[in-house]
Amino acid sequence: MKWLKIAMTALLAALAAPASAALNIFACEPEWGALAKELAGEKASIYVATTALQDPHRIEARPSLIARARTADLVVCSGAELEIGWLPLLQSQSGNPKIQTGQAGLFEAADHVALLEVPRVLDRSQGDVHPGGNPHIHLSPYNIEEVAVALAQRMAQIDSGEAAHYQVRTKAFLERWRQAIVRWEREGAPLKGMPIVVHHKDLTYLSKWLGLREIGELEPKPGLPPTVSHLSNLLSRLGRDPAKAVVRSAYSDPQAAEWLSARAKIPAVTLPFTVGGSDKAKDLFGLYDDTLSRLLAVNK
Amino acid sequence: MFKPNLIAAAVALACASAALAQDADSSKIREELKQMKDDYEQRVRALEKRVSEAEATAGKSERGTPAGAVAGRSGESAFNPAISLILQGTYANTSQDPETYQITGFVPSGGEVGPPKRSFGLDETELVVSANVDPYFRGHLVAALTPENEVEVEEAYFQTLALGKGFTLKGGRYFSGIGYQNEIHQHAWDFQDAPLPYKAFLGGQLKQDGLQLRWVAPTPFFLELGAEATSGDQFPGSDRNKNGTNGGSVFGHVGGDIGPSYAWRAGVSYLKATAQDRPYEDVDSVGGAVTNSFTGDAKLWIVDAILKWAPNGNPARTNFKLQGEYFSFEQDGTLTYDDTGGTNAFGTVASSFATDQSGWYAQGVWQFMPRWRVGYRYDRLDRGTVTNGIVNNGLGPTAADFPVLADHNPSRNTVMIDWSPSEFSRLRVQYASDESRIGVTDRVFIVQYIMSLGAHGAHKF
Repeated sequence: MKWLKIAMTALLAALAAPASAALNIFACEPEWGALAKELAGEKASIYVATTALQDPHRIEARPSLIARARTADLVVCSGAELEIGWLPLLQSQSGNPKIQTGQAGLFEAADHVALLEVPRVLDRSQGDVHPGGNPHIHLSPYNIEEVAVALAQRMAQIDSGEAAHYQVRTKAFLERWRQAIVRWEREGAPLKGMPIVVHHKDLTYLSKWLGLREIGELEPKPGLPPTVSHLSNLLSRLGRDPAKAVVRSAYSDPQAAEWLSARAKIPAVTLPFTVGGSDKAKDLFGLYDDTLSRLLAVNK
Repeated sequence: MFKPNLIAAAVALACASAALAQDADSSKIREELKQMKDDYEQRVRALEKRVSEAEATAGKSERGTPAGAVAGRSGESAFNPAISLILQGTYANTSQDPETYQITGFVPSGGEVGPPKRSFGLDETELVVSANVDPYFRGHLVAALTPENEVEVEEAYFQTLALGKGFTLKGGRYFSGIGYQNEIHQHAWDFQDAPLPYKAFLGGQLKQDGLQLRWVAPTPFFLELGAEATSGDQFPGSDRNKNGTNGGSVFGHVGGDIGPSYAWRAGVSYLKATAQDRPYEDVDSVGGAVTNSFTGDAKLWIVDAILKWAPNGNPARTNFKLQGEYFSFEQDGTLTYDDTGGTNAFGTVASSFATDQSGWYAQGVWQFMPRWRVGYRYDRLDRGTVTNGIVNNGLGPTAADFPVLADHNPSRNTVMIDWSPSEFSRLRVQYASDESRIGVTDRVFIVQYIMSLGAHGAHKF
């Protein structure tokens, strides 16, 4: 019965611990953790469930995530079924009523922007498609803007005592963000029409925004690992319609991109994809700065 | 606004090319056609560019559909629950007859624990239906269509969503929260069958009718406590036609991460059940049929641990999973020996009966490249002590009349390799050298498929 004693002691210690006053935010992905930090500042205690080196589709509902979901006041995720493999388990196993579907404590960013690539036909023969559309929405600065407004409202709703604080910070953030957009669009103008090959359909919103031309994917179907036959086909297609770079996100397997880069004799570029994906991508501004500079470096 | 123009252009191009292609001998026309095509391609590209520019700069003007408001979500089917279907089947080669399977030294658990039937065969086909009932409850059903053309309710439970403070109450039929593998459905196991201690002490997997209360502590690390009150119908208990609860369990789990690459969970569980006239079939020393039945208490302790590794927490390319559980199982009560259906040499005799046994398994599964995994499992049972009053007190039957309880420590080595073309399909080849039976080694070769259709499943850690 020793374990029982240990468990009981831990239990009592846990119950005795004072509840922290800050808004407890559980961010499914680093970009939303960074955005929440911009909007809430020191008023929120933010836990980021995944890193830029992890594929957000393929996360397990680990014990540590269940523990953090248990105490969350607000869960901020991409939505559009990006987290379908793990978020439902966190909801059902954490015993936290605040973060259940339909409650204010569950914020899904995709609900607040217009999604691209909504599939016309829903069939798994098309790979791991998301019925609601492409969920990787955070690489369009306009999406960030819209999500920021909605997220700030949600924070104010849950933590009404600090509503003014969130409002002030959000206003300041949006001002800086809009100025940055003007700068990024000026700097990124030469990227218009740049043909690229991507690893996964996770840069769609970035391409749309900058006018990049995605002429192929390394994955034969969304979510399936690249195969040699598919890469060979892609290589011969590049002979007719050349790309300027093979672009992949930090979390994806480098092998396929390197294979194609060596054979097609075009550079392979690794984008940070989200906050923490490179040394310079320390926050959302750094993420966009670094993404642009990496693309500009190969667009010569 | 641009799309109709594009389509019109494409249609015009198609008509023009059809008409012009008939005039096959004219290379001049072909040349013109090529120019036209190039021209159109250029214009289409320019249009595409303008579309994306317009969308990017206008931002708000070109609105699509927000994810929350998926079109076509109306009518009677709008509230249909999530449905998924698991298809499973095997091809098996065994050196011993699967019908003769037993775990010698251990009271048979009554579950379907033997290897699959020889040649081609089906595993259970699972139909999973789940949805939120209302803001307070979630409902979940797993119906198994068995290869014997029967429907079994594997799990059917409600679960609370709104208790709060980390509490969740589950009621109905569910896989018990004891141990590690018990709560995981067969299609998500890393081997085709259960480890020996599960087969010997829990009939393969403990599902029960009852209530389960779980509590997750509000701590930064994972701490979960749970308790179950059940009807105790399944081995090691039995149906007693009695009011109140007939069995129960308590369990606790702790877990966390070690850096970004490792995640672990460990736990201790305790199960108590009471059996009344829980029967098992055996033969006496001359091969006559015997029915033994046990009445008494059973206690089971399980210690479980799992460690998962993936570089930087990203399992896409490679990952490793190490899992092990230790079981300590005790029974104390009365055993009744009845050979009236066979040789009728001793009739019905009864005396005290107690066992103190244990078992464990350890397994490792390594994904060495995308899609491919290999695994190895060693499982072993220790017969410990079996105190059989009928034999010890000289009531007639001797140890030779209890061949299932003969002195034997079963063990097994299993290797597997599986290939998963996608998240939703898996093919597996498994080979086991199985010494569950006394004196013989069963070489079991299994090819297995697992296919998941429908709603995207979410698998437990």
